[in-house]
Amino acid sequence: MIRVVLPVGLSTLAGTGREIQIDVPGEVTTHAVLDAVEQEYPVLRGTIRDHQTQQRRPFIRFFACEQDFSNESTDTRLPDAVASGREPLLIVGAIAGG
Amino acid sequence: MAGVRVLVGTRKGAFILTSDESRKEWDVAGPHFAGWDIYHMKGSPVDPNRIYVSQSMGWFGQTIQRSDDGGKSWEAVGNEFTYDGVPGTHQWYDGTEHPWEFTRVWHLEPSLTDPDTVYAGVEDAALFKSTDGGHTWSELSGLRTHATADGWMPGAGGMCLHSIIIDPTNQDRIYVAISAAGTFRTDDGGTIWRPVNTGLSSTHIPDPDADVGHCVHSIAMHPGKPETLYMQKHWDIMRTDDSATTWHEVSGNVPSDFGFPIEVHAHEPETIYVVPITSDMEHYPPDGKLRVYRSRTGGNEWEPLTNGLPQEHCYVNVLRDAMSIDSLDSCGVYVGTTGGQVYVSPDSGDTWQAIVRDLPSVMSVEVQTLK
Repeated sequence: MIRVVLPVGLSTLAGTGREIQIDVPGEVTTHAVLDAVEQEYPVLRGTIRDHQTQQRRPFIRFFACEQDFSNESTDTRLPDAVASGREPLLIVGAIAGG
Repeated sequence: MAGVRVLVGTRKGAFILTSDESRKEWDVAGPHFAGWDIYHMKGSPVDPNRIYVSQSMGWFGQTIQRSDDGGKSWEAVGNEFTYDGVPGTHQWYDGTEHPWEFTRVWHLEPSLTDPDTVYAGVEDAALFKSTDGGHTWSELSGLRTHATADGWMPGAGGMCLHSIIIDPTNQDRIYVAISAAGTFRTDDGGTIWRPVNTGLSSTHIPDPDADVGHCVHSIAMHPGKPETLYMQKHWDIMRTDDSATTWHEVSGNVPSDFGFPIEVHAHEPETIYVVPITSDMEHYPPDGKLRVYRSRTGGNEWEPLTNGLPQEHCYVNVLRDAMSIDSLDSCGVYVGTTGGQVYVSPDSGDTWQAIVRDLPSVMSVEVQTLK
């Protein structure tokens, strides 16, 4: 199981805790994880990435194992620690304000 | 027992205020959708327990919520607003061409006859329609592809379609207003649109009398007199008596004819309400006094309504969707402010009291009359 930590706004919207666990078939990439998240929680479609272009929304960030994957290709393999469930993929609402 | 349900959208969630016919004691529920921008919420006139909510946030985009039990429980429905075809461009602030981009839903207008049909006015300006209770949305693209559309420009708040009025005697006739393009009308349910801005004059555009480019802030109609509409423009209060074919100014003696909302009394089609704001730079009431102005003559002659409203040191704004009326025998008038107050007058504006004083900044107020 892949562990995903959602920002508060989205965990409230989805009616989950901050961390969800999800099956991701095949290679564990950001794209594959988001597909699985949206399949399990359709209410999150369009809230993390654009419905049409699949582009990350501007104020969303993807962190894992203390690395920033936000601007990597979403087809990049996530670290083994994420694929094995030892570490979560963090979906983060960026700081915006002062 | 008769009563009212007031749907309040704020910068940090939704609140539902309920009272009986006296409108003296209030129950306050919320926040629903805590932390989210609630641009608008409105109930179906056919089934008052069906309520639609526009929930959005810069981080997470748009969600539409729906209740079928008067706001006790909610279901997130469809949030995919895709422009029809290749969206093209419109003018940006600097005069360059800017791609049409969906940002949020400003206004939801349920059908007058079918609780599953609802219209959504969005930014960048377009009109969408759902016929399945908000699960799926289709653009009525004849509006956005109007020959003038590539010249529409956003106002400071974005290029938003914020007002939707359905003619109760002919539901194929729909009026919308866009900042800053103006007012448009369809007579065929949304396929063909035409700008209906003759008589408007706006000094912020090169040709003050142009067909489009006007910053209309809100429009209102009494259902018993659908050929007459009232408009609060960026500056000027306007009136039409020929279904928006021509407009004339009725600002009269208001202390400022700048403002955002305009409403019509539930039982008196010639009684209208505005909230004068000092100027487009000073978004607060003149002289620090919150005064709703009422005209019983369809405009031109206005009287200030002050009893119960703050008359010193008041520097709040009342946004375009933040005034509403109920249709109880003694018509109620409701005003929500950017300072978080919601005021009610249960007697057509003669006296006012605060229902709540410390909500987040109020963006919209809609009242359901429950009989």
